[in-house]
Amino acid sequence: MSTTITATRNILGTSVLRPDGTAKVRGEFHFSSDEFATNMLWGATLRSPHPHARILSIDISAALKINGVSCVLVADDVPGKLTYGLISSDQPVFARDVVRYMGEPVAAVAADHPETCKRALEAIRVEYEVLDPLVDPERCLDQSVPPIHPDGNVFRHQRIVRGDQSIQGEVQVEGTYDIGMQDQAFLGLEAALAIPGHDGRSVELHIATQWLHEDRKQIADCLGLPEDDVQLVLGGVGGAFGAREDISLQVHSCLLALRTGRPVKMQYSREESFFGHVHRHPAKIWMRHHATKDGRIQRIEARMLLDGGAYTSTSPAVLINAITHTQGPYVCENATVDGFAVRTNNPPCGAMRGFGVVQACFAHESQMDKLAVACQLDPVEIRIRNAMSKGDLLITGQPMDSVAPVTRCIQETAAIPMPEAVTSDDPLLLPGGSGRTATSSNIRRGVGWGVSMKNLMYSEGFDDYSTARCTLQDGVAHLKFATSEVGQGFVTLAIQIATSILGVDQVELEQIDTRIGSAGSTSASRQTWMSGGALDGACRMVREMLFEKVGKEHHVDPIRLAIVDTDVVDTMGTLRVPVREASAGVSLSHTFEHHHRPTTDLDENGQGNCHVAFAFVAHRAVVDVDPELGLVKVVQIATAQDVGRVLNPLSAIGQIEGGIAQGLGLAVMEEIVIDNGRVRNPSFTDYLLPTALDAPVVEARFIEEPEPMAPLGAKGIGEPPCISVTPAIVAAIRDAIGKDIDRVPVRPQDICL
Amino acid sequence: MTVVNAQSIDEALHALAELPEPRLVAGGTDMMVEVNFGRHKPGDVVSLRQVRELRSWHRNDDGSIFIGSGLPYKVMEEGELAMMFPALAQAARTVGSPQIRAAGTLGGNLGTCSPAGDGLPVLAALDAEVHLRSLSGERRVPFSQFMTGVKKNVARSDELITGVTIPMTVGFQGYAKVGVRNAMVIAIASACFVHDESSNSVRLALGAVAPTIVRCTEAETYLDGVLAKATPITSHELDRFKELAASAARPITDHRSTADYRRHAVTILAKRFAERAFNVV
Ligand SMILES: Cc1cc2nc3c(=O)[nH]c(=O)nc-3n(C[C@H](O)[C@H](O)[C@H](O)COP(=O)(O)OP(=O)(O)OC[C@H]3O[C@@H](n4cnc5c(N)ncnc54)[C@H](O)[C@@H]3O)c2cc1C
Repeated sequence: MSTTITATRNILGTSVLRPDGTAKVRGEFHFSSDEFATNMLWGATLRSPHPHARILSIDISAALKINGVSCVLVADDVPGKLTYGLISSDQPVFARDVVRYMGEPVAAVAADHPETCKRALEAIRVEYEVLDPLVDPERCLDQSVPPIHPDGNVFRHQRIVRGDQSIQGEVQVEGTYDIGMQDQAFLGLEAALAIPGHDGRSVELHIATQWLHEDRKQIADCLGLPEDDVQLVLGGVGGAFGAREDISLQVHSCLLALRTGRPVKMQYSREESFFGHVHRHPAKIWMRHHATKDGRIQRIEARMLLDGGAYTSTSPAVLINAITHTQGPYVCENATVDGFAVRTNNPPCGAMRGFGVVQACFAHESQMDKLAVACQLDPVEIRIRNAMSKGDLLITGQPMDSVAPVTRCIQETAAIPMPEAVTSDDPLLLPGGSGRTATSSNIRRGVGWGVSMKNLMYSEGFDDYSTARCTLQDGVAHLKFATSEVGQGFVTLAIQIATSILGVDQVELEQIDTRIGSAGSTSASRQTWMSGGALDGACRMVREMLFEKVGKEHHVDPIRLAIVDTDVVDTMGTLRVPVREASAGVSLSHTFEHHHRPTTDLDENGQGNCHVAFAFVAHRAVVDVDPELGLVKVVQIATAQDVGRVLNPLSAIGQIEGGIAQGLGLAVMEEIVIDNGRVRNPSFTDYLLPTALDAPVVEARFIEEPEPMAPLGAKGIGEPPCISVTPAIVAAIRDAIGKDIDRVPVRPQDICL
Repeated sequence: MTVVNAQSIDEALHALAELPEPRLVAGGTDMMVEVNFGRHKPGDVVSLRQVRELRSWHRNDDGSIFIGSGLPYKVMEEGELAMMFPALAQAARTVGSPQIRAAGTLGGNLGTCSPAGDGLPVLAALDAEVHLRSLSGERRVPFSQFMTGVKKNVARSDELITGVTIPMTVGFQGYAKVGVRNAMVIAIASACFVHDESSNSVRLALGAVAPTIVRCTEAETYLDGVLAKATPITSHELDRFKELAASAARPITDHRSTADYRRHAVTILAKRFAERAFNVV
């Protein structure tokens, strides 16, 4: 499916509307859950009810006898590799001998109707010997605890040791912080349609995912097929936030389609979705800051323990992000950090917006407030005094060579006017909301700060390049890329780039699929930089070809030509040819790969230039608290974000407001509650997301200092909004009630009991 | 599976008596959730959506008000009903989202009988009676005898809840619900407080803190005694009232909250209602 967009002057820097926006608002957008094929079957997954158990036997015979059931697959039916994984291939397609988390897939069925699938799943007899689950991450470090997987109970241990370890600050503050397990909770549930090829061996998968090529690699391995036999097409994605980086129903749906020879559709319910994808790592973080009396950080000691759940997913990379962001956006020359990501029988954890930095930031920002108190400084002053600048060295020894306007972020946030006090007794304006629990006299207001640094792109030597092709023909730019549009707006940006560079007023976005090179993942705030860079490169090359052609035809040196509006113009003469005319009857095409600069691994002391670039943001939260009931209403979030350059103000604000809502969720309500390995709240009845009534007023400022390393001067903006807003809100709650709080989400009882 | 789209109470009652596995559905906002979670496989369905008698309210000769079981919450949120029963309006406003309030009904809230049902503490505090009708006749059950446990009530399978009768009371009333989100949330503790000026007595009912809705009779009696003195309530008396209120709760710890917090929340709600209704020194 391709989309043609005709509109004049969709140029960079303007609030061009999303090409899919109207359809989404009208309910007409085709999400992957809307995929359909005639003759298709439905697939469904049987999952373990136990967090840890041995599988003694699986009897599928009764399920196969049900009318309408086409096939039932278990581990032995996997033709290729039995496991998959983004970093380490340790997650079974189907559990064979042992299940390691509640919800782990054990079998899959294909049948003529979802209801038949349900009955078939109920008819499969699995005999389990229930084992004690290992759920305490601390115990994973105990060598005497038997491993729950052949690869052991520790995914990764990494230290950072830098500078003088003996420094004892005149001022020392310490704390231990807990971060609960957050879910990405995208609204468009996992869904895919697998269509087997006529050749009986290939398959085409229409899927909502973040990275088509990585999925393809893992799927092909498990199917035992060459990658060319597996093509992926991006289905309509309804949000991702990291939860679509890992394999969920990809392999199962392809296996069922290949086995039955018919298209198979799979679709998770909300409940299954909670078991079908990874979550944000819960973490326990201890930090001690050493500082001078006037509040300058001298040394940081830290220990981080991340619960990665049953399988590796991206745990090793999340850990590296967490520990390398221990210092936050502050100068620190001496550090000792010990980080562990461990395997438990809890749900697997992996990527989620902020990727390890969210956890570190809650700890370092809580510490900054303690330091402010200890040094009798204001929260703004302590942060400005320590703010990092370009050229400073990080605790990994890496020089900060991104634009680093930390002080500006803080100052411009501080300059945003404070909201008025609430004097009305309209309950909808107060904590407790429609529950009418408070009047304005019951409320206390607090103000809190959070500032963060976030790496952009993949790290530690990873070459996550992106590919894009531009073809100019008869005044139309045809764009092809494999970049997952998950709602972030790359499709809008692609139109803006082509329009701005080529002077076209018509752009055709070709189908997003694997029939071009990889774009890398829509993660790590990287697509504007990476796929934007690739498309920018492709369009510029095509523009050069166009100038060559026009130059030759009109005997003008191509170097003199430029695009002005929709024309090719001779900057030193009078020639003016419309792009449409100049490109009539030809097809000028170029495919461009954008690679970011290389990075390196960390050595045993955690030293190395492991990250590509960084972005910064400051958040100030104003919160009304009902101290007696422990209920909270976030009134206003003021923020100034280092964005490099704004390419689409409307999209940028969208990212900022959305990220803030997600960070607010982690601060005061979003948590997967787990009891001895069992998820207790796998539904939106009890996993609470912020509603419109919980969303604060957002006052945002863009800090525009173009980033020389970035192809468009623009930094990624997707993750920073959700990172430091969480500690800012918690700090505001502490300010309102005068009590220490060291875990998120903050529950009512944490405030009032 | 048979679906009866009943047009009258009689038709619904016949369907209830005659179908093998009948299940009533009003707004469907509880039933469809059960179906989606696979907790309930519908056999036969008797829809009450088009039974007009159930979707209305009226004033009885004795001044009490009859509210049909099929009246959606949105009708209770404002207008005449809201003026007569502000606590009911407040409870109705706090149910789910506008979509849920347009479909959900008191009959469904009573049918489900969850301790967290927002309509129920109001019915308890207003001394409502529940009307149950079957082909063999109608009976009225005081709400206090209607609910017997978590999702349990005295209605028989051949009985339809036609509505509730609520006596008119004059005086302050209010409903409050504690949840971790500012809207669209299941109560982790709730309370309805009513001051009946004619007898100068109070009623306090709690939700989500025991297997059933509970009335805080000791706390009510205590505050009635304080009110009889006709002097402002002292802070000592207020403390006693809120402790007695909490002693009526039998809360549990679950994934939504803890027993300690629920008990604490009851004390705060009780205190705030007394402060809003009366002169406290
Ligand atoms: C998103 C969402 C949010 C919600 N939020 C809240 C909330 O904040 N507070 C709250 O209290 N509830 C809430 N609910 C639950 C539900 O909306 C209420 O309990 C509502 O009152 C149910 O009414 P209904 O007409 O939809 O019931 P239905 O689903 O139609 O019926 C519920 C049960 O009652 C039986 N029943 C219905 N009518 C009768 C009758 N006349 N006689 C006998 N039995 C009958 C049915 O057989 C069924 O067992 C929410 C539900 C959803 C889906």
